[in-house]
Amino acid sequence: MLPACRLPADWDNRTLMADATSVQQRADPAATTQPNATIELSRLWREFGERAVLRDVTIAVPAGSTVAVLGPNGAGKTTLLRILATLLRPTSGDVQVLGSRLPQDAWRARGRIGLLGHDPLLYRDLSGAENLRFQARLHGLPGEGAQRIAGLLEQVRMSRRADELVRNLSAGMVQRLAVCRALLHEPELLLLDEPGSHLDPAAAALVAPLLGQSPGRTRVLVTHDVDYGLAEADLVLALKAGGSVAYAGAASGLSAGDARAIYGGTP
Amino acid sequence: MTPPGNETETAPAGYRPSTLSALAAILAKDLRVELRTLQSVPAMALFAITTFVLFRYGLDRESLSGGLAAGVLLATVLFAAILAVNRLFVAERDEGGFDAIRLAPVDGSALLGAKAAALVIYLLVLEAIAVPAFALFFMDSWAGVPPLFGVLVLADLGLAATGVLISSIAANSRARDLLVPLVLLPLLVPVMIAAAGASRELLAAGGPSYDGVAKWLAVLAFYDMTFAAVGFAVYDYLLED
Amino acid sequence: MKVPSLRDTAIAATLLLCAGFALVFFYAPLDVDQGFIQKIFYLHVPLAICSLAGFIVGGIFGIAHLRTGKAIHDVRSYVSIHLSVIFGVGVLITGSIWAHASWGKWWVWDEPTLVSFLIVFLLYATYYPLRYAIEDRDRQARYASVFAITAGAFVPLNFIAVRMAESLVHPRVFATANGGLPGSMLLTFIVCLAGMALLWVALVRFELAAKSASASLSRLRRAIEGETQVPASGSRIAPGVPSSATSAS
Repeated sequence: MLPACRLPADWDNRTLMADATSVQQRADPAATTQPNATIELSRLWREFGERAVLRDVTIAVPAGSTVAVLGPNGAGKTTLLRILATLLRPTSGDVQVLGSRLPQDAWRARGRIGLLGHDPLLYRDLSGAENLRFQARLHGLPGEGAQRIAGLLEQVRMSRRADELVRNLSAGMVQRLAVCRALLHEPELLLLDEPGSHLDPAAAALVAPLLGQSPGRTRVLVTHDVDYGLAEADLVLALKAGGSVAYAGAASGLSAGDARAIYGGTP
Repeated sequence: MTPPGNETETAPAGYRPSTLSALAAILAKDLRVELRTLQSVPAMALFAITTFVLFRYGLDRESLSGGLAAGVLLATVLFAAILAVNRLFVAERDEGGFDAIRLAPVDGSALLGAKAAALVIYLLVLEAIAVPAFALFFMDSWAGVPPLFGVLVLADLGLAATGVLISSIAANSRARDLLVPLVLLPLLVPVMIAAAGASRELLAAGGPSYDGVAKWLAVLAFYDMTFAAVGFAVYDYLLED
Repeated sequence: MKVPSLRDTAIAATLLLCAGFALVFFYAPLDVDQGFIQKIFYLHVPLAICSLAGFIVGGIFGIAHLRTGKAIHDVRSYVSIHLSVIFGVGVLITGSIWAHASWGKWWVWDEPTLVSFLIVFLLYATYYPLRYAIEDRDRQARYASVFAITAGAFVPLNFIAVRMAESLVHPRVFATANGGLPGSMLLTFIVCLAGMALLWVALVRFELAAKSASASLSRLRRAIEGETQVPASGSRIAPGVPSSATSAS
């Protein structure tokens, strides 16, 4: 059973006091250790300069589950995703992803994580197929992953347009290619930041089975669509503006209205 | 629902490409983009030839040899190189491909090595155009040209080593177009000193002489190794976010 | 060994420099060729040596910063380079005066040490625009450290290259390091050098102490008045001393 952390009403006062005494927090040994947790965060802090973007984030995500990260703008959701992707290092706190501590053992986790963020991470002067072949080479897929690329392109209905330069494609097509890129190396951990952006309902339907729940795969889903997030997720991590945790616990039993109230979004 | 694709073809988790094959992949990607967009090399070549014309009028000379020839040629190549250095990492940053490389299980040295190799290739192509143009414009005999390429290759390696370092620092900053020439040019003074020292002998009026060229080549080689070593030592810190 | 306090260092520096200047004016013999103006050498060369050593020290702190990630090393690197650049201005001015006295022109290319110093100075002068151009503090510190290391490696290389470029070896005061200077000149020089080195150290420690004090003040004000009322740090470029440093320096 996962611990549900509901914070008391005077949380804000305590946050202020904590800031005044010391900005950096010393990490405790992980309070929650789950033997099969894909992600374990213990008192994660991230600062940019003197501004804290993530404060004291603690959660354990078991393997094969999906966690929805909710929160208003400025809550640090994208920052959290980048830390999990090993692109950003935590300022302090314990971070374990796929059994590797970050940032020391980040190299072990790389290649097993797929990131679908705001940036499609595709070179505009290359075609979709060339981009995917490049990715395949970077991840060491044998045979440049030719068959896998063909299969994925077929799934997202981009086979015919795979040889056009990315700069000539519409945003929806680029997003579909980005989905292929993120899944190419069959990651164990999938990090999704608004995966449905730029996609019309038909395209979203094409992409959904690819990004859906899968036994060998843990997912972190950042979304503004609270209903969608709650429907997809087993766990919810709700962040308040300023990056502190408003709720970390099971998704079941939580209604959309509750979730919004917790992190201070508009109902 | 299992993802599509032939299961036996994907690599098992934890498999990584060798640094060299990752370097080759990134280099191939860069060369393909350059061939398609032609953003660096034609600009460098055009710049070089126009600069030669400027020098012809600025110095009021129609024929150059020895130290003067070495100076004009090398200064032009150095400034043309800055154009390419400016563009090295910009495409990665702006077009967002950078994170894709950082997410992959490749060592950071593959990225920096690929960029350095790309820069050397661009410079060699530039020199293949600019040096014959220079000889055509200013020189009476072409005898000194082939050995000159030996000097230029070593100078290009030095340019690449420091250029990649400074370019990766500047790529993330404001006013990056200003910062690269500002910081890079003082760093390149020893390259200029050594390359000019060797070239002035090779381009001497009476035909190439090899007097003292070896010591200048040694200085160039030492410069190349020093900054390649610095690059190897710090690349991890350059690629972090 | 107990590290001497800032006040002791400053006092020692002042005493040594006064002693040095006294020696310069009353003890060291007059140079046969150049006359009285040669005495500027006792100012110029120690400034140059301390400046170059300071740049190397900046590079060493850069290495420490990258390896440990502690911001205090970046502050020390910045202050070392900053002060060495200021000393460098002094080197170029006194060098120019000496050039005029010795060779009649305000600048000469024949003196390889002076020329190579000019190039090094031009490189380190770009340290400020480099820092200014990078807004994110952590990245600024990291890239500044990379620059400090690169430039530190550059200093000896540049010196070698410039020396080799001079075909004429101009007679210089240190032409033969041992035996080139009569004992009285050597003693004066060493005292001046020691004084200048202590001055550099004292100035660095002074600037570090000043930064530490202003950072603590800023932190207290922010804790009391709230983060939005007080800007995070005064200067865009100069790094602030982090809180952890005030307890263990």
